[in-house]
Amino acid sequence: MKTVEGLKYSKEHEWVKVDGNKAYIGITDHAQNSLGEIVFVELPETGAELNSGDVLGVVESVKAASDVYTPVSGVVAEVNEELEESPEKINEAPYESWIAVLELSDLSELDKLLDAGEYEKYCKEEA
Amino acid sequence: MKKKDKSLIFEMSVPGRKAVTLPDCDVPYTDISNLIPGKFIRETEAELPEVSEVDAVRHYTRLSQMNYGVDSGFYPLGSCTMKYNPKVNEDMANLDGFAKVHPYQPEETVQGCLELLYETDRMLSEITGMDRVSLQPAAGAHGEMTGLMIIKAYHENRGDFKRKKIIVPDSAHGTNPASAAITGFDVSEVKSDERGGVDIEALKSLMNDEVAGLMLTNPNTLGLFEENIVKIAEVVHAAGGLLYYDGANANAIVGISRPGDMGFDVVHLNLHKTFSTPHGGGGPGSGPVGVKKDLIPFLPEPVIEKNESGYYLDYNRPLSIGKVRSFYGNFGVVVKAYAYICSLGANGFKDVAQTSVLNANYIMHKLKEYYKLPYDRICMHEVVFSGQKQKDMGASTLDIAKRLLDYGYHPPTIYFPLIVKEALMIEPTETESKETLDEFIDAMIKISEEIKEEPEKVKGAPYTTSVLRLDEAKAARDPKLIHTQ
Repeated sequence: MKTVEGLKYSKEHEWVKVDGNKAYIGITDHAQNSLGEIVFVELPETGAELNSGDVLGVVESVKAASDVYTPVSGVVAEVNEELEESPEKINEAPYESWIAVLELSDLSELDKLLDAGEYEKYCKEEA
Repeated sequence: MKKKDKSLIFEMSVPGRKAVTLPDCDVPYTDISNLIPGKFIRETEAELPEVSEVDAVRHYTRLSQMNYGVDSGFYPLGSCTMKYNPKVNEDMANLDGFAKVHPYQPEETVQGCLELLYETDRMLSEITGMDRVSLQPAAGAHGEMTGLMIIKAYHENRGDFKRKKIIVPDSAHGTNPASAAITGFDVSEVKSDERGGVDIEALKSLMNDEVAGLMLTNPNTLGLFEENIVKIAEVVHAAGGLLYYDGANANAIVGISRPGDMGFDVVHLNLHKTFSTPHGGGGPGSGPVGVKKDLIPFLPEPVIEKNESGYYLDYNRPLSIGKVRSFYGNFGVVVKAYAYICSLGANGFKDVAQTSVLNANYIMHKLKEYYKLPYDRICMHEVVFSGQKQKDMGASTLDIAKRLLDYGYHPPTIYFPLIVKEALMIEPTETESKETLDEFIDAMIKISEEIKEEPEKVKGAPYTTSVLRLDEAKAARDPKLIHTQ
């Protein structure tokens, strides 16, 4: 299981990369590994207002379809349309394959997320 | 030979080859353009395969030999109850009085068919502890949608329009949230507790006057009985919600306990699971929906009623949710289920439940030293293992399933329920002998040993099937849906 230092992680297995008041959100290496080969990604609408815990999108593998939750609140500024054509990018490079960028409405929510070490520990406990 | 096994009938086509030569027409010839308006006549010739009769027969015989069903071997597909389908059911459904009637025939000429529907409603009502059953829904998920529409109609008829939410457990069948969503409800998920049942405190925190109902399978998808079902029903009813019973797992309780007595208000059954009608390959299915008294007015129409002159189809039901299917449901399937119920009788059903539970527990005890058992307690009609130990050794649950094909079995359900990692869900059903179970158990033990010794071999399985390991990801990402010449 790979993690990347400097990213924030949720217990629902999403990663968040903060850039000013913007956040790139994707699913972790652990998540893509558990899901198996991803065959379809459903992206949110640009401009959608989301609260933390809301469904950001759906990733579907040969095993199951899973909701992706946003761990932070904000407005969807950009979506990664490349994933519609090439969902396998999430398997190949999970930490480069962001699903959407959110314009953050509450920066303090970031404090509730885990860092790489804490997330790895959480995954081990969960197993 | 191998290549030929796979060929499409289109690839066998030779221009001009025919299976049948029709005799000369003995009525005056009329050009098709005189019979059908020009805009409906195709301009290019249909690309149909041109083969001889023996080519066609061999092609479809070969395909049928590539198939696998309960008539060919053990089929422990969890949550699907792939029990043996007694052939006497087919004989009954093929009787002329059932098979050769027309749905538009006058009621007085099909009294026997109507009586059979009426009696099946009475028998399924008794089996489930409900007051009335509609036999219209065509399968399980259709039954779920029908049941949820009834729940919605019930609340709205009381003038209560706030109830927009349906609660489903995190172990639920995927159809539950899907049916709720398509019926216009929002779905909330309730967590399972450490014993694998509904977490009562979590349920309480979700209940309010916006909840229309809770959908539950009992036993649940872990094959475990909801020990707190009476308490769960109290919590839901106290907040004004209704309880929906997903009957996918009814095989474990049939003839012993009844959803109606547990507090459920709406029930669907799968005749193609619990009641031994064919399942898979298009079935077709049948998903009767039973309700408690207060919900009867909302049942789909028509409902079969009886008066002094006989049985009739009652369409005069102002509160009904309307029609959910053309005509009267999958009638032939209902005949088969009726035959099954009559052959078993009440005591027979008790045996069904007890033997299906015994068989699953036998497998559980024989395999738990080889495969991780996440919930180690007495199971009902199915047992859920995790292939985690094997995954750590290099071969996943998918590989185990593929390897079972080489041993001649249909694999169990895999990667479901979602709350068990690397899930392997085995449902043997009551129709399998101890010898069959022992052979399957041996195959599972052998596979666990193979994974210890040479996981690569298991990862490459299957080796003996007509097609080898399929690229499922490519099939989903890049599907080829039509044949082109």
